[in-house]
Amino acid sequence: MSQYRHSSKLAYVFLAPALLLLAAFSFWPVFYGSYLSFTDFSLMRTTHWVGLDNYQALFGNDMFLTGLKNSLIFLLVVPFTQIGAISLAVLVNNQLPAIRWFRAAYYVPVVTTVSVVGIMWGFMFHEQGTLNYVLLQLHVIRVPLGWLSDDALAIFAIMFVSFWRGLGWYMVMYLAALQSLPSEMQEAAILDGANRWQRFWRITVPMLYPTIMVCSIMSVLAALKAYQEVDVLTQGGPMNSTFTALYYAYDQGLKHLKLPRGLAASFVVSICCIGIAFACLKFLKPRHRE
Amino acid sequence: MKLAAKMNHHKILRIVSQYLVLGVIAVICIFPFWWTFVVAISTKGNMFEFPPTFWPQGVSLDNFIEVFRVIPILAFYKNSLLITVATVFGKLVICSLAAYPLSRMAFRGSKLILGIILATMILPSEVNFLVNFISMTKLGLVDTYTGVVLPNVVTAVSILLLKQAFDEVPEDLLDAARVDGATEWTIFYRIVLPLITPWLATVGILTAVEAWNEYIWPSIIIAKPEDFPLSAGVLYLRGTYGSSTRVIAAGTILTVAPILVAFLFTQRFFMRGMDGAVK
Repeated sequence: MSQYRHSSKLAYVFLAPALLLLAAFSFWPVFYGSYLSFTDFSLMRTTHWVGLDNYQALFGNDMFLTGLKNSLIFLLVVPFTQIGAISLAVLVNNQLPAIRWFRAAYYVPVVTTVSVVGIMWGFMFHEQGTLNYVLLQLHVIRVPLGWLSDDALAIFAIMFVSFWRGLGWYMVMYLAALQSLPSEMQEAAILDGANRWQRFWRITVPMLYPTIMVCSIMSVLAALKAYQEVDVLTQGGPMNSTFTALYYAYDQGLKHLKLPRGLAASFVVSICCIGIAFACLKFLKPRHRE
Repeated sequence: MKLAAKMNHHKILRIVSQYLVLGVIAVICIFPFWWTFVVAISTKGNMFEFPPTFWPQGVSLDNFIEVFRVIPILAFYKNSLLITVATVFGKLVICSLAAYPLSRMAFRGSKLILGIILATMILPSEVNFLVNFISMTKLGLVDTYTGVVLPNVVTAVSILLLKQAFDEVPEDLLDAARVDGATEWTIFYRIVLPLITPWLATVGILTAVEAWNEYIWPSIIIAKPEDFPLSAGVLYLRGTYGSSTRVIAAGTILTVAPILVAFLFTQRFFMRGMDGAVK
């Protein structure tokens, strides 16, 4: 008769492979990585505990400090992406002919591998590239700009690519949320004579609030952790001006084989991310429906 | 005609302006692809032509043929396909196995387990590969596709999506099967799993795109460039063939084409995946 009962043992048999893999490749890296960041680990020799040496070196390092600064600047992408994505979602939620194709078009950058994005935008941003040509024709700029070769501009060019890649993804999130909203309230508001603008601010936005919060948190974390775009577009240059905190971790850990240094950098980023995530979750909770 | 009569100027203006905005953003999203395509099939000119041409100048496949000559792109396709299929298969099996008890079995520690799985979403996973590389060295999985695939097989998002799918299956169905003497395994395999096929397809397609696009981890773990997947291999064009941007453009198009075609045919699954994520 025991088969009518759900046995705990069976549940864990089902769960075992997933938990094992999560433990090995999601939890272990975080814990073991944090430990290694306090050592002089190298694959070649024995490991010694070095205390805070790696962290001290980190905060005395210009490249890392530039990286931290750039990661904070990167947060500017968040409002643009979120406001853009909400507006776009409202727009493509209209039942217009061919709207499906527009939605698809906005999602294309999302499904494109970042290496291809890097090659394409590398060409676009080139001094003799199309972007400069178009902007010159539109009289937005007077001389061609070195989008990726000017150390004052490059980080913003990278941020634009990040925006370009994220817009469609968040749009679909908001679109899904919009379509799950009940339409009664909108209809009641129309009967009461509310115009589109009022309906958007008084009904749509408050009802989207949980989605806006979730997407904003994801967007903030993604911005703090941005590094792939840097890798495929500038590799940190020109003059180390486009290092982000995590790109520094990647660069040190992988390309310079200073693993503990890289891990220390990623640990600093992680602490920031976890802090922000918890702050946001706490902020979210009262309004969260169970 | 009645409808046309009703349409006042205001409404027409609004629709036109909506399409205008939609069109401009669509151009910003699509243009880099179109331009790369134009350069790739042109017989002359290159990426840095000033003024650039937005329409092909002469049409030929020479640049594409050149890609096949310069890099082992067929091997890259094969490697990408292998990695993608293995990741999708592994994920569907392991994540649906994990999601089922979380949705359908009352067991000790279920809340804790769910919490642990959710925690991986907050954990900073971006540079896990730094330590995962050490693990793979110790496991002897460096330079194997098993090493490429294993860390990507389980994600919290997939488990949650599948858990939601299982949640929607009516309990009566399971009870009926239990009364008939079916074991939990039979119920899972024969009854519940077939019922959530659309969700399995959704998770499968989202995973396929991620696996196909992944480029940093495979390029770390795979030693020989000819064993690279396409997403990592395509960057070789930029290094070894810097002179002709038309060939690089052709390689880029060959890399994105499969995923774009697949996306156009499976659009609705992407929407459904998000739908689940929002709930």
